[in-house]
Amino acid sequence: MNVVVCVKQIPDPAAPPALEPGTNTLDRSGKLILDDSDAYGVEMALQLVDAAGGGEVTLVSMAPNSETSGLRTALAMGAAKAVLVSDPSLKGTDALGTAKVLAAACKRTQFDLILAATESTDGYTGTTPVQLAELLALPSVTFAKSVAVDGMTVRVERQTEAGYDEVTCPLPAVVTVTAGVVEPRYPSFKGIMAAKSKPIDEVTVADLGLEGQVGQSGARQEITSVAAAESRGAGEIVVDEGDGASRIVAFLESAKVI
Amino acid sequence: MPVSTIWVLAEPSAAGISTSSLELLTAARSLASTVEAISWGPDTAANAAVLGDFGATRVHDVGDLGPALPGVPVAAALAALVAAGAPDAILIPTSTDGRDVAGRLSAKLDRPVLTNIVGLRDEGGLVTEHAVFGGSITVAAKFTGEGPGIFVVRAKTFTAEPAGTAPAAVVALGVPDTGATGLATITSSHKEERSGPSLDEAAVVVSGGRGLGEASAYSLIEELAGLLGGAAGASRAIVDAGWVPYSHQVGQTGKTVKPSVYLAFGISGATQHLVGMKGSKTIVAVNKDADAPIFSIADLGIVGDLHKVLPALIDALKNR
Repeated sequence: MNVVVCVKQIPDPAAPPALEPGTNTLDRSGKLILDDSDAYGVEMALQLVDAAGGGEVTLVSMAPNSETSGLRTALAMGAAKAVLVSDPSLKGTDALGTAKVLAAACKRTQFDLILAATESTDGYTGTTPVQLAELLALPSVTFAKSVAVDGMTVRVERQTEAGYDEVTCPLPAVVTVTAGVVEPRYPSFKGIMAAKSKPIDEVTVADLGLEGQVGQSGARQEITSVAAAESRGAGEIVVDEGDGASRIVAFLESAKVI
Repeated sequence: MPVSTIWVLAEPSAAGISTSSLELLTAARSLASTVEAISWGPDTAANAAVLGDFGATRVHDVGDLGPALPGVPVAAALAALVAAGAPDAILIPTSTDGRDVAGRLSAKLDRPVLTNIVGLRDEGGLVTEHAVFGGSITVAAKFTGEGPGIFVVRAKTFTAEPAGTAPAAVVALGVPDTGATGLATITSSHKEERSGPSLDEAAVVVSGGRGLGEASAYSLIEELAGLLGGAAGASRAIVDAGWVPYSHQVGQTGKTVKPSVYLAFGISGATQHLVGMKGSKTIVAVNKDADAPIFSIADLGIVGDLHKVLPALIDALKNR
């Protein structure tokens, strides 16, 4: 069984984030790493391919500046190859534009299943995988907390507001996973070395035939202003001297909770 | 362009129509002269009264979807309705199914989406507000192309208020053929056993984070929540670690809560968590690190060992 995992390479969350002057979109010019949310998708894909007894995991990613560091991390985990779409005209692309790019990139490889995170850590729009599914005319199941493949059917436990639903879906399909769906493996030294020579097929917007549909103008939306949010100040901060609990009780009483 | 017609995705729920949908109907009333709802399931006729009470003059009923996941059929029906006469804007709640509908609709209509909206105003056209960088920065945005705009709004951005208006007229809305895209089906539903209120509705939320040390310590959080008649929440760190299900997650990629009191134990207050709880009326935090960012927004902060404070607090409450 062949699985594609759509992965995002994002600004390191440990670094202070910034907005591009002018467009006020997220500044992606610094160090990029594999989105933590995607480690779950990659691990899930590797386990499903293993359980199916064969096949491979292909990564698909859209990133600026021919960035590959996040891809090498996922290749080190065990993915076989990657398709990277990188192009200056992609700057400022929105979720729908990203879905168009990813859909065109996915069509360059064979797949039975496409996995993605339910949302990215930096943009968290949360719609790209479903937009991708619609563009590829595939069914989709989002918010998966457990995924299993049985022949040509995927069985998912899908998070709901009230608990979870068991959902079945024929393949090919798009499934998005939530954190904790599996425990991602740490790449082994052997995996890291092998990743250096695994193939990354790099393509441009023109290769995908998407000129004019991506980037800031393709997004058909803009940021009109940026402001510091109203900040909420701190109240009373004290060191516990055995009285912490009683202070909280007093607080709850004054808040009329108890 | 001023806004005259807004459609709201009205999600059916155990209580009739979801609270977030009612919040969006309330908002739509203040922004547009014509407000209509799109809903589904077997109970739309029964829900027509509440939909009308919150401002919808008409509800387009997709009907009983059987075991199909709603995203695809509802989006297909909605896209066909748009083709027959587009509104200025479509408001969708940020829920698991709401996001599915928004994504499918966006691709079908070739219209972009704006999501995680925490504010909406009419400035000769709708302008949205979003919290970025953990809520420290607010950006305003708008669509620049032709409509309809697809707006996915976070819970509790607006307050649901009835208007006292007549029940909505129910109009049947057919679902076009969705081919292979509509093949995902629900085979069974599991309701999480939960005593007490849901995170979304609780007046008190007690949350735990990595400072709890191990999964078994979360039972103290649940115990305290139970004693206070509240709901138990979690930081992303412990959800990622598998200690609690994703349904407990509070934060940027999780639930937004606005309780009267939010008690955070062993949570550092990473910006991604703050986004989900900054709107709480009051915040109490316990953390052994005096520099934890959560202390910059806590009304009462206790710098100390939660393994001492939390059991002592539970005991004190039990012995009152």
